[in-house]
Amino acid sequence: MSPDNYLYLAATLFTIGTIGVMIRRNALVAFMSVELMLNAANLAMVAFALARGGLDGQVATFFVMVVAAAEVVVGLSIIITIYRTRRSTSVDAANLLKL
Amino acid sequence: MITLESLAPVAASGMFSYAWLMIAVPAAVAAILLLFGRILDRIGHWFAVAAVVFSFSIAVCLFSQQLLSPPDARAVAVPLFEWITTGSWQVSAGLLIDQLSILFALLVTGVGSLIHIYSVGYMAHDERRRRFFAYLNLFIAAMLTLVLADNYLVLFVGWEGVGLASYLLIGFWQHKPSAAAAGTKAFVMNRVGDLGLTMAIMTMLALFGSSAFTAVNAAAPHLDPFWATTIGLLLLLGACGKSAQVPLQAWLLDAMEGPTPVSALIHAATMVTAGVYLVVRSHAIFEMSSAASTAVVVVGCVTLLAGAWIGTSKDDIKKVLAGSTMSQIGYMMLAAGLGPVGYAFAIFHLLTHGFFKANMFLGAGSVMHAMDDDVNMRHYGGLWKVTRITFWTFAMGYLAIIGFPGFAGYFSKDHIIEAAFEVSTLAGVTALIGAGITAFYMTRLMVMTFLGEKRWREHVHPHESPKLMTVPLIILAFFSVIGGALMNAWIQDWLEPATGAHVQETSLVPGPIGWSTMLVVAAGIALAWWIFGMRPVPAVSPASANPFTVAGRNDLFGDAVNNAVVVQPTLALSRGLVANDDRIIDAGADGLASVFTGLSTQTRRLQTGQVRAYALTMMIGVLLVGAVMILTQLG
Repeated sequence: MSPDNYLYLAATLFTIGTIGVMIRRNALVAFMSVELMLNAANLAMVAFALARGGLDGQVATFFVMVVAAAEVVVGLSIIITIYRTRRSTSVDAANLLKL
Repeated sequence: MITLESLAPVAASGMFSYAWLMIAVPAAVAAILLLFGRILDRIGHWFAVAAVVFSFSIAVCLFSQQLLSPPDARAVAVPLFEWITTGSWQVSAGLLIDQLSILFALLVTGVGSLIHIYSVGYMAHDERRRRFFAYLNLFIAAMLTLVLADNYLVLFVGWEGVGLASYLLIGFWQHKPSAAAAGTKAFVMNRVGDLGLTMAIMTMLALFGSSAFTAVNAAAPHLDPFWATTIGLLLLLGACGKSAQVPLQAWLLDAMEGPTPVSALIHAATMVTAGVYLVVRSHAIFEMSSAASTAVVVVGCVTLLAGAWIGTSKDDIKKVLAGSTMSQIGYMMLAAGLGPVGYAFAIFHLLTHGFFKANMFLGAGSVMHAMDDDVNMRHYGGLWKVTRITFWTFAMGYLAIIGFPGFAGYFSKDHIIEAAFEVSTLAGVTALIGAGITAFYMTRLMVMTFLGEKRWREHVHPHESPKLMTVPLIILAFFSVIGGALMNAWIQDWLEPATGAHVQETSLVPGPIGWSTMLVVAAGIALAWWIFGMRPVPAVSPASANPFTVAGRNDLFGDAVNNAVVVQPTLALSRGLVANDDRIIDAGADGLASVFTGLSTQTRRLQTGQVRAYALTMMIGVLLVGAVMILTQLG
């Protein structure tokens, strides 16, 4: 089986995610774009695993999913906290990290 | 004749093995007085007096034992302990009690005892009397270490010890800024001299491998003339510092800020003569270098005139005596530089000077006591009626210092003048003129203080001092009278093993030089009487444009010269160094720091706080890494 089409899809999804992170100001959308990038990577790994007939890629995908679930918990709570304090989820407004 | 000199000192036995107690007891009492504090305030000074009298009695015992021994068994070495042992170097601390050092020990402890007793009266009302006596005892211990040491390193310990004691005592009334400054000045100027002595000792250690007097004396005749001159000049520098000789003379006049007994003991009778002792003790080296011994003569001649000059123009009674001390030590230096002719006379004059100058300083203290601590002679006058004992004892000292026939100074000073004429006419004429000026300023002092009209300030009621003060005066006056005649015929033979052979015959009948000395002295007295005795003394020193008077009143501009030659260049150098530090070193470090500050300010702008900008940066980074990986794979 050729993984080409899966990889094209994965590359497309990853690009969409990357562009989304860079151009959208809404923290929730940016967050969703990050998830999109993660899942594009997952898709690529599963496709490669299928092509090579091994299980490594699929196992790694599960790890990524678990970590992503944990990350969502942390990320969403940060976004909610920022929203509560600043009444906005714009990432440009939250620029306190600069000197 | 010099066979005796090469004899090694005999080993100590009997009484001599306890000689170290002379030093240890005053040192221990000084420590006790300082450590035990106020509980000794009321009686502490008597411990100090007892310690010095104890040292004096040991010195007398040792001296009488020496008198009884044959001449070749008189010098005794008392080894004490191994001081420094490193590899092949061994320095042992020990005492050398020979004909020279025992005379010093007797002078220091004898005059020291009298001055201690006098101080009990003089310092009776001082709150810090205990401390004063502790310092005096410290001085006695250090001075005895200096004169009894058997090598230059131990001598140096004593040398620094007396310097410390001198500093502490000059600045004893430290609440007076002038006294504190005078102490510091004496200490700093002495450091200059000590530098010379230190380098001389180091040179000796390098050349001879030992600094013991016996080793140096034995090796000196084989010394290269260059090194002999070097060591000689360095020793002379040390001697100049301690003995207030030109060019290191300026501290002695300021040292009069100390209590008067201190001036009598340290700055007249004993410590300031340590330079003469050093030169005489190192005579083997000076004999190898005519340049060095000529330098000693020149320093002596210059100082004896400079001191006498200052003495003629001061109104402060203590400063007149201080100038006179400088001048008399100049005589001793002159004699010590003349070579074997003069050594014994240098020591002879040193001893008689110790008696009559201590006598006169204590007398001056007694006068100040009577006049409510006023030191200005223009406020004295006519004191002979109220302070009779002080007057008569002072008169004995006066006759001794001007060299009145039969008194102590007559013998010692005339011998020096004769010996000077024998070696060099110039030195002889200088010494002769010095004798005339001495007579002039001492007569001026006597006339202004004790004779003439009363010029007392209001509320001053002069009175004679208590017995504690007058009895030491009487004893010292007694020795000012007989000290010269007592030692005249004897001292050269006695000192011969320690200082080399004598060639000068001493007689009681004055020769042509003796007669001319008397003539000059008489002229000095007559001139002083004509100026100060025949007319009233103004209450304020009259303004004068006479350059001699102006120079004398300003200590011959000693401070100005020091300022111009040493202080100002040193200040300029340190200012330059500070500027260098500020403008080059600090500026370099600051410049480097501001370069980094600028760089980091620029770098800081990269941190915008914009999450999306960070994401873009990461993206570019990832793309770059990916591109590099792909390109290298392709390559």
